Amino acid sequence: MNGTNLWDQQASNRRRSALLVAGFVIFFAWVGFGGDLAFWLATKDLPPHEYHHTIPWLGLLVTALAGGMVWFAWAKGSDRVLWAAGAREVVEPRGLEEKTLVNVVEEMAISARLPKPRIWIVPDPDPNAFATGIDAARAHIAVTEGLLRALDRDELQGVIAHEFAHIRNLDVRLMTLLAAIVGAVALISDGLGRFLRGGGRISGGSSRGGGSGKGGNPLAVIVLVLWVITLILAPLVTRLLAMAVSRKREYLADATSAELTRNPAALASALEKLHAHAAPTRAIAKGAAHLCIVDPLERRINEKEGMLGDVFASHPPISQRVTRLQGMAYMYAKKEGRSVGGPVGQDVG
Amino acid sequence: MTMLFLIVLIVLALWVIGAYNRLIALKNQVVNGWKQIDVQLKRRHDLIPNLVNTVKGSMNFEKETLEAVISARNKAVNASGVKETAAAEGQLTQALGRFFALSEAYPELKSNQNVLQLQEELTGTENKIGFSRQAYNDIATTYNTVQMQFPTNLVAGLAKAVPADLWEIEDAAERNVPKVDLGFGKA
Repeated sequence: MNGTNLWDQQASNRRRSALLVAGFVIFFAWVGFGGDLAFWLATKDLPPHEYHHTIPWLGLLVTALAGGMVWFAWAKGSDRVLWAAGAREVVEPRGLEEKTLVNVVEEMAISARLPKPRIWIVPDPDPNAFATGIDAARAHIAVTEGLLRALDRDELQGVIAHEFAHIRNLDVRLMTLLAAIVGAVALISDGLGRFLRGGGRISGGSSRGGGSGKGGNPLAVIVLVLWVITLILAPLVTRLLAMAVSRKREYLADATSAELTRNPAALASALEKLHAHAAPTRAIAKGAAHLCIVDPLERRINEKEGMLGDVFASHPPISQRVTRLQGMAYMYAKKEGRSVGGPVGQDVG
Repeated sequence: MTMLFLIVLIVLALWVIGAYNRLIALKNQVVNGWKQIDVQLKRRHDLIPNLVNTVKGSMNFEKETLEAVISARNKAVNASGVKETAAAEGQLTQALGRFFALSEAYPELKSNQNVLQLQEELTGTENKIGFSRQAYNDIATTYNTVQMQFPTNLVAGLAKAVPADLWEIEDAAERNVPKVDLGFGKA
């Protein structure tokens, strides 16, 4: 990600979302048509009266399925993420805490010049927050009950502005599609794995019986092996993708948050408070961890710098984020009262 | 020759239409930006009598402060135009700031749910005013720049474009203390 201006970020997120969707469909097409290919190779030398796999119905079916899932991720992905977290929507604010939340979201919507997103509360005592949605017009911001209790108004504003940054630069689209797709791939891979293990035992006997006569087709075996390997690796790859995608974005969103609130110190102290609550956010599922402002699983890997951290961690170290924000706070203080319209965060991240 | 003349005329006409429409679009955005501020200002004006009524009983000794808030509010309600409104609202912000600073001395106010609610509403409204003001100033600056730039300035008269006033913060005190929040909502 070279460009750090808004337009570049949006373009990059659109491109990555499209690539993700394309990769997903291609993966499914391979799973389907690859299976067909193996089957076809295995049956093409059989005598004419036996079954010949000539119509790739498996590939057609599975590709259609993938298309359906992409549509589902696009149309319902954010609903599923919110549903999985057990969030309830704040329609009419009840009590002071909810009123404050609604006010702060409205303030940041004005500051970011975006429509007001729908607001959700996750019943979880651990403080955390995330945004989801396909674009700014269909965006959601969710915070946990613990967050409302732990932070003061300025800190809450910093966190909400951070979420608005994700909405504005379309991080939410990529993240939401990814969450939906990670979930789908894990599900499919589990299911297929079970099916293959179960099915293998049944067909194993018959194919051994029939195969001994014909010697089998080596090409079919190779295709089959490749096919199985893809199935095993797919969930790992998607999970890694979800982690790698999130790390730099958090720095950028922190910087944008500072730009929106003009108060980077408040977000820094909010992050410290979130970090101090070491308890994992139970309500938020593993597949949605990359959406959150701090890692709900509190994984140690996040504190690592360098290559290892960059590849495997979903979030940057809190201490780093706090240091950067405090640097910005210092810069703001230095030009006190001067024009603060400039995008201050641009030289960071 | 006539052909060429016609083409030049058409291109010119198209440009005039384009520049005119751009100016009108910007003008409407400026008007809308101002309306966004106005909505919040009205909300603040409506909240203040509630607040005064709620605390009147507990803050008998601070009559002057309450009266200052009320008179600043009434002045702000009657203000018109960007400059006058900006000045009157600045005064009101300061009066409110003093009021909330004094209210610190009354523990029964800090535990009064009504007061806390009203304070939250006022803080939110004030922040919204601040952020809407930024948006308004940005769009007004764009509008002013476009209508002064050559060659768009040739069409400015046609579009009845006059420079929009910016909402400037003249008061140094207000610049430094833009917040009402005294943090007695939460630790």
